[in-house]
Amino acid sequence: MTTFRIKRFNPEKQPDPYWEEIDYDIPDGATLLDCLNDIKWTMDGTLSYRMSCRSAICGSCGMKANGHALLACQRQAEHLIKEGTDSITIEPMGNMPVVKDLVVDMEPFWDKVNQVKPFLKEEGERPEKERRQSPAEFKLIDDASTCIMCGCCYSDCNTLEVDKNFLGPAALAKAQRFVQDSRDTATNERIRELSESGGIWDCTHCAECVERCPKPAKPMDRIKEMMGVAIEEGVTNNNGARHALSFVKSVKHSGRVNENTLPLESMGYFNVKGLMELVPVGLRMLLKGKIPPIIHKNIDDVEDVRRIFRELGE
Amino acid sequence: MIKHDVLIVGAGLAGMRAAIECCEDLSVGLLTKVYPSRSHSGAAQGGIAAALGNSEDDSWEEHMFDTIKGGDYLNDQDAVEEYVKAAPRIIYELEHFGCVFSRMADGRIAQRSFGGHSKPRACFSADRTGHAILHALHEQLMKRGKEIRIYNEWYLHSLIVEEDQCHGVVVSNVKTGEVEIIQAKSVIFATGGYGRVFKITTNAYASTADGAIAAFNAGVPLEDPEFVQFHPSGLYRQGILFSEAARGEGGYLLNGKGERFMEAYAPARMELAPRDIVSRAEQSEIDAGRGWNGEGCIALDLRHLGEARIMERLPQIRQLGIDFIGVDCIKAPLPIQPSAHYSMGGIPTDMFGQVILNKDKAPLKGFFAAGECACVSVHGGNRLGTNSLLDATVFGERTGKSAAEHARSVGFGQINEGREKAGVLKQIEEIFQRTGTESYNDIRNTMKDTMMEQCGVFRDSGKLNECLKQIKLLQEKFKKGKVTDKGKVFNTELFEIIELGNMLKMAEIITVGALNREESRGGHYRTDFPKRDDDKFLNHTLVHKDGDQLKLDKKPVVITKYPPKERTY
Ligand SMILES: Cc1cc2nc3c(=O)[nH]c(=O)nc-3n(C[C@H](O)[C@H](O)[C@H](O)COP(=O)(O)OP(=O)(O)OC[C@H]3O[C@@H](n4cnc5c(N)ncnc54)[C@H](O)[C@@H]3O)c2cc1C
Ligand code: SF4
Ligand code: SF4
Ligand code: FES
Repeated sequence: MTTFRIKRFNPEKQPDPYWEEIDYDIPDGATLLDCLNDIKWTMDGTLSYRMSCRSAICGSCGMKANGHALLACQRQAEHLIKEGTDSITIEPMGNMPVVKDLVVDMEPFWDKVNQVKPFLKEEGERPEKERRQSPAEFKLIDDASTCIMCGCCYSDCNTLEVDKNFLGPAALAKAQRFVQDSRDTATNERIRELSESGGIWDCTHCAECVERCPKPAKPMDRIKEMMGVAIEEGVTNNNGARHALSFVKSVKHSGRVNENTLPLESMGYFNVKGLMELVPVGLRMLLKGKIPPIIHKNIDDVEDVRRIFRELGE
Repeated sequence: MIKHDVLIVGAGLAGMRAAIECCEDLSVGLLTKVYPSRSHSGAAQGGIAAALGNSEDDSWEEHMFDTIKGGDYLNDQDAVEEYVKAAPRIIYELEHFGCVFSRMADGRIAQRSFGGHSKPRACFSADRTGHAILHALHEQLMKRGKEIRIYNEWYLHSLIVEEDQCHGVVVSNVKTGEVEIIQAKSVIFATGGYGRVFKITTNAYASTADGAIAAFNAGVPLEDPEFVQFHPSGLYRQGILFSEAARGEGGYLLNGKGERFMEAYAPARMELAPRDIVSRAEQSEIDAGRGWNGEGCIALDLRHLGEARIMERLPQIRQLGIDFIGVDCIKAPLPIQPSAHYSMGGIPTDMFGQVILNKDKAPLKGFFAAGECACVSVHGGNRLGTNSLLDATVFGERTGKSAAEHARSVGFGQINEGREKAGVLKQIEEIFQRTGTESYNDIRNTMKDTMMEQCGVFRDSGKLNECLKQIKLLQEKFKKGKVTDKGKVFNTELFEIIELGNMLKMAEIITVGALNREESRGGHYRTDFPKRDDDKFLNHTLVHKDGDQLKLDKKPVVITKYPPKERTY
């Protein structure tokens, strides 16, 4: 028997959310969504959440299990039972207002996606047939294009927690899909806009979104790629890029930055390109006097931390 | 009351493509019960067909012939011709919209083989083709954010019809529970398929026949409902799809003895025979006790393709296997079984998307349909893989055009707002007031089991009569169900109950169509009538509503270029 601790909320009944515990026997091979469906259909029809495809492609069923956002249909429930307990904690996604139970209002999420002008910008006549795009060029946008707009990254993004103005991981991943699309004609304009406040330079590179993303879209990696494009395009006349460049310089000069020693070592002290990718982590920390997001509160087991280092080391 | 020149219900490929077509000078509303990008079109993996001839010479004539032969000659050939001719232009347009396609070394769109197609003509984006197109169209909608008003998570209840004219729809805002009327000069349904009627299905939970039944309740017949496609490679017990692309790339089907059993059923095309044939072969092997590991499934073996090719061409399929059954197809075969996949039948339209009311093609003015919910019919008795994304896009565009023209030519009609709203409110209130003890979950499960067992891959009159009896019983039980959520805000239970009601009606209509068709053709197979019978059944079925009863009629098939021949592969 497993205890499902579910955070319930129904504004028609009471103004505050509350926890409910439901004991349930997980059937063999059942996903978290299978369990919720069974609970809804046989025990409590009022339990509300979104779902449709049950095959990890529609992006409807994002929710938090044990504090981390995931797709309920993509995970075997067994695997979610917290070690040393016999329970799973289920909550709605974060960084978005809750409508009812596990259903969040995704309008803020979509607003951000809309802000990055998420459509191809073309110039001149369209060719009679397809535009040519090499397999290598396709590869540059392949990962970003796998995003299913589930919001898992948005839910757990640390920067968004403190800065609602931040475009957030999904919108930025979507932006990369156009910034690096060989067919798009607005690269420079896009990268300028994305370099403004709330854009790519505000990401703290905590890698939470990479951990949460159920697809190869992995927003932080896309953000790093766009930082590269910004430097290449010479779009450096903004706070983010300027801080980044001077930070690299100062690191190069002194060769030592307190708490950042670990990530720095993992990249190599004089690997300028590698350091560049780490910059905003240090930046945030220096500017806000906060602990490095690398040991952020949400990361609560060692394997998580190890994986993050692997990601950063790429 | 909300008003739009054109109101589109459904935001999959068909609905979104239609919206793009008519938004330039008209006020357009696009209503969908899930966010557009969550529409089931996004689950399509394998590809979209067009005779681009990028990797081998190809022509629209060949595409047309393959489609008609695949459909067992029940397709309307005039419509098929328009459709395959439009295909290359539609693909280039999607590419121009920004759709991400897999490419050949020279930068042109790559194409691969698919069941029933004699040439490699499936354009694809790895194994996420539907996803890539759905998002490309959604991007175009975001670009036109000012012109198109999107009603995200609104639910369609019914169609408003006065005499031979459609005036709008009755809908609910899921988030607030408010019932509203939307008046429109043209209404387009693009509500997708209804695979959820069956136990094992590749379809999403949202594929529940709402549109088809709303049309039916408004007096529109349904065409060819008995033609349901069973896909050969749904995940054992669950139906989650492993795309035909897995076979297109060279995957094998093995029975329990490790044999490539398709040798015995379609020696020329083997694993790439059309779906109806492969599904029946699989079911025959399973029924004969030759399932993989002695179970009710077949093995889809990709190991010989090697890791590199699987990772490049079929990455998502591999991930699905790992996530849902813990099998890595690089190392082990995937267990599969025939799964309800596609509805060839649906709301009858002419080839411009205009909905028709009877065999004489009398139009229901102002009402249009496109995509899987419609029956043009370009697919006849069996749809070929990759032809459906094409159908949704081509007829989305054409229907959008017709709906726009109609909207430009007429003014708004009169709606009795109070009466229309009251009808739906009463239906909801009635559900809330039910005091019975029947479990909707049991009713739904029994319906799905029954349809799978009695109205599935192999049918006969005994099974079908039994099925019909059971479905009617369930319809009675349905009225005595038990509700737990009577709230207004995001009441998913309520909508699931309404969907179940729609599916029970659809199940009856499918079964009646299947009983009536005493022959075997395409996806419809009667063990008691194993041959195609062109003398008696070379025509479309129309199922009309007649009070509480169903009335059957026939509509001729349009044959232009290819007279019916025996269908062998
Ligand atoms: C797993 C899978 C894989 C497939 N692979 C391929 C392939 O490779 N190639 C191919 O050609 N075809 C494929 N198909 C078939 C193809 O994907 C579909 O037939 C096609 O996408 C249907 O598109 P559509 O626009 O008609 O409907 P959908 O994309 O299903 O959209 C239906 C829309 O209607 C809305 N809707 C429904 N009911 C209501 C209501 N009551 N109120 C409001 N809105 C409502 C939904 O919200 C949704 O937006 C596949 C199908 C499946 C299931
Ligand atoms: S890496 Fe950046 S975008 Fe991703 S979660 Fe952290 S702060 Fe947000
Ligand atoms: S980037 Fe990943 S986690 Fe974020 S919305 Fe897209 S698929 Fe979901
Ligand atoms: S239900 Fe579609 S992603 Fe989970």
